[in-house]
Amino acid sequence: MSIINNINKLFDHRIRLGIMSILMVNDYADFNMLKELLGATDGNLASHTKALEKAEYIKIEKQFIGRKPNTRYATTALGKTAFKKHIEALEKLIKNKT
Amino acid sequence: MDSKDYLKDIGEIKDLMNKSSRFISLSGLSGVLAGMYALIGSAFAYWLVNNYSNGVLILNGWVFNYCLLTLALVAIFSIVTGVLLTTKKAKKQNVSTWNSTSKRLVINFLIPLVTGGLYILIILSQGKYGQAGALMLIFYGLALINASKYSVGDIQFLGYIQVILGLIGAIKPGYGFWLWSIGFGIMHIIYGTWMLFKYDK
Repeated sequence: MSIINNINKLFDHRIRLGIMSILMVNDYADFNMLKELLGATDGNLASHTKALEKAEYIKIEKQFIGRKPNTRYATTALGKTAFKKHIEALEKLIKNKT
Repeated sequence: MDSKDYLKDIGEIKDLMNKSSRFISLSGLSGVLAGMYALIGSAFAYWLVNNYSNGVLILNGWVFNYCLLTLALVAIFSIVTGVLLTTKKAKKQNVSTWNSTSKRLVINFLIPLVTGGLYILIILSQGKYGQAGALMLIFYGLALINASKYSVGDIQFLGYIQVILGLIGAIKPGYGFWLWSIGFGIMHIIYGTWMLFKYDK
């Protein structure tokens, strides 16, 4: 059952999968961009970014644009590999069942 | 989760990757209209040169200045139409027009275009205008190819066609006017119509 093992529990949520998808193709994304694309509330999004950060799949950078604080996110190398493995596992699962 | 859910996951991943990195609300209709402006503009310039300048364009004459003015008007009308129709389309699709993807698109489109525009102005001011039409096509084509990474990928093909037309124009400067009309006029109309059917239907 090695295929099932590669299905990453941490990605087993629409918002988390969404955050990772966006960060895979963008160098950075800020909080508002993620919010707009995923249609999530502030609290919901924050809890999911925190979970991904804890696993060290994404890193958070806080900076100031003018006087406004801005939080932006980027994937780590670890996160990228984990996501790729997850996608491969998903693809295999779909192929095996159809 | 069964396989249907996984399939939905993959679909959503692809959708988000596209939406977050490409601005796809470009209006096909604005392409058609831009092409028509270009054709009207070139028809006017053709009429002007043949009736008032014996078919030859002399640098810094009033006919030449009118041609430049026509060119500027075509560009302004095309940009305004493009921005208005794209904003309208984006609103309909419920995405904001001025977000990170559209900013990236505009910046990557403008870098080759502004470089080319300035270069053309410089050589015009030095009295070398034989290649201006070809250069416009080449730089516009490069701008489209560069921008295609951040929008619907199809615009790169329009870019390649413009570059090829521009290179032909560089070899045969005498056909510059006709190649310009084909590139900016007819190709825009064909391409815009194609986009209209592919994405707006």
